Amino acid sequence: MKIKQLATVALTTLAVSAPVAADLVFPSLSYRTGPYAAGGAPLADGYADYFTLLNQRDGGIGGVMASVPECETGYNTAKGVECYESTKGDGALVYMPLSTGMTYQLIPKVTADDIPLVTTGYGRTSAANGRVFSHVFNFPANYWTGASRIINSIMEEAGGDISGKNIALVYHNSGYGKEPIPTLKALAEKHNFNLTLIPVDHPGQEQKSQWLQIRRERPDNIIMYGWGVMNQVALQEAANIRYPMDQMYGIWWSVTENDKLEGMGSHGYKGATFHNVGSNYPIFSDIQKYVTDAGLAAGDGSNVGSVMYNRGLYAAMLAAEAAKTAQNMFGVKDVTSGQMRDAFEVLDMSAEVMAAAGMPNFGPAFQVSCANHGGPGLAAIQQWDGNTQEWKLIGDFEAPDMEVIAPLIKADSEAYAKENNITPRDC
Amino acid sequence: MFYRESGDFKKTYRDDSQTFPIKFDRRRYYVVMAIAFLVLPWFITDYIANAVMIPFLVWAIAALGLNILVGYCGQLSLGTGGFMAVGAYATYKLMTSFPGMDMFSVVLLSGFITAFVGMIFGLPSLRIKGFYLAVATLAAQFFLVWLLNKVPWFYNYSASGQITAPERSMFGIIITGPYASPVTGYLFCLILAIGLAWVARNLTRGRLGRSWMAIRDMDIAAEIIGVNPLMAKLSAFAVSSFFVGVAGSLFFSVYLGAAEVTEAFSINVSFAVLFMVIIGGLGSIFGSFVGAAFMVLMPVLLKNILVGGLGWPTDLAAHLEFIIVGALIVIFLIVEPHGLAQMARVLKEKLRLWPFPH
Repeated sequence: MKIKQLATVALTTLAVSAPVAADLVFPSLSYRTGPYAAGGAPLADGYADYFTLLNQRDGGIGGVMASVPECETGYNTAKGVECYESTKGDGALVYMPLSTGMTYQLIPKVTADDIPLVTTGYGRTSAANGRVFSHVFNFPANYWTGASRIINSIMEEAGGDISGKNIALVYHNSGYGKEPIPTLKALAEKHNFNLTLIPVDHPGQEQKSQWLQIRRERPDNIIMYGWGVMNQVALQEAANIRYPMDQMYGIWWSVTENDKLEGMGSHGYKGATFHNVGSNYPIFSDIQKYVTDAGLAAGDGSNVGSVMYNRGLYAAMLAAEAAKTAQNMFGVKDVTSGQMRDAFEVLDMSAEVMAAAGMPNFGPAFQVSCANHGGPGLAAIQQWDGNTQEWKLIGDFEAPDMEVIAPLIKADSEAYAKENNITPRDC
Repeated sequence: MFYRESGDFKKTYRDDSQTFPIKFDRRRYYVVMAIAFLVLPWFITDYIANAVMIPFLVWAIAALGLNILVGYCGQLSLGTGGFMAVGAYATYKLMTSFPGMDMFSVVLLSGFITAFVGMIFGLPSLRIKGFYLAVATLAAQFFLVWLLNKVPWFYNYSASGQITAPERSMFGIIITGPYASPVTGYLFCLILAIGLAWVARNLTRGRLGRSWMAIRDMDIAAEIIGVNPLMAKLSAFAVSSFFVGVAGSLFFSVYLGAAEVTEAFSINVSFAVLFMVIIGGLGSIFGSFVGAAFMVLMPVLLKNILVGGLGWPTDLAAHLEFIIVGALIVIFLIVEPHGLAQMARVLKEKLRLWPFPH
């Protein structure tokens, strides 16, 4: 009996893994191994489970089955190239590389191959300028809007004035961690606070000297742009020097279920987020019914409802909605990657669309346009509750200080356009 | 059977000292060249070019460079990643500062810049040897990566410290950037790899190579018979860094298209190239190519078998890849400590006598 079952499973996996030409292909460049696997695995699970749900419940997207070929990158850019080249031939509709380094590498390639690249909450911030980056989308929020949102929250708590305060940025010393520095510098000038930059090298296991510096300087607030093991180490070090947790803010990659200390250790730690938390949405009962109970869950199925899983789910929902939009726009079922790009450019993520997808108020409502590929950049603040051991949203999705960010986006994207001989589109 | 050497007489010294003195080897070499230059370009796809052939050729150039230093001159170096980074950033600065410059000059100039940097870091080799030198070159690795990450001028003040290769061409053919066809990228790397292998082969059998090998075998004795250790060691560092710089330049501009110094040129790169040299065979041009092929192609092959063929979960396959490649390295080194090149040499000697071994 058992052998028979195993054989059936093996046969179905073989059958499923064989690429069928008529599928809508959403490649998943995942990382379930390496130092960042703790974040990468739930992301990939959420992404895959959403499409499995659509296939099982609705019979695919507009009647066409979705397939999610997975390729392991290990958060390594060279392996990312291999994954991109090996999956793009299967009719890939959209890429979500889940890595800022890989995003930089893929931006010119997807533009040449006419495939959209969607980076929700990471990647190159200035890609929000759709005039220069025709194939890159980084809605609903990016690192610069996240940084601005955190500063706004700090200002709120300080009663509107943070002049003279010391704020430290503890960041992953890579493209990802360095991304918010220009924004924070501009904001420091505007609001007159002092910014201290404290880099942490990959993978971030060793942070003694950084926290010694923090202990000496005692900044009023800490903003952290960490990823993977770096987050836990930083929280532990912060607890060791008795740094008040509620004065510490993480970007959305630093505030997952893994990023906490035992008991009340990290109670009060805050972070920015661009989507909602928890599993209190209609879609999760469907996932339970059609995916988990049917034994089709990706990975080991233990991540459902976690912050990273929700992010993967959210990204998949955006991709699926874009595919639907493309099907309606062009009146065809088997959309091409070029049509997907056009659909992303007019994507209307209204409250009704999210509710219909079983995820009401899961993220902010936004609309993409030809000129603005970044959405409004709304973000909320979530806080860790040590009593119940879960993240809770405090406050609403609020807009960042676009007065500061817009000129920065313009300058950086124009520099890119000049370097690469791109004539900005008219729109 | 394969080697029929009777009647293959050499009449001149030139014939006698050629790279492939045996007719069968020579013919095989021409066949490989013909396939690489005339056949493969017709069949090459994006995947074969960007995921298999270009990384193989780029790593082969890096392994060649390190082999000159470690295999021929006996100076252990762990700074390869740092020197590749210098090549890559030099390429980026040249490409963005002089948009009109053709790619060939850019790559070679980056090589020369790296050679200069390599010579500076080679200076301690005059005083320190062996493992101590490895530690000194390790410092070069960390220093160079730190420097390229710290000074924004190197990455043109971009927000994230990433460098992206703009589109550049040569004789009107696009070589870098997304619109370059896989054939041109492949041929560009192939020409450089073959050319540099030819240079390495001729350097190592000439006066310079002999002085390197003398230093490697016993430096005091070499000094006594008149080899200048300063010249020998510094030239080895310069030539080696030139090769590594070219590899770094191609790695960034043709292969990846964008790079970030801490991720793309970390200490792991230095180790990977050193493993290629050791697995391929110290002091062997052929070994550099085989070592690079083993380290680059094996994971891709395993991935395609395990995930593409058998449909296993990607994380399981990734872990198995590590185990299989690691085990193979250990097995190869137990069976033949002198690397794959020595294995090929033994096989060749056996085949020359085959089928009459006595």
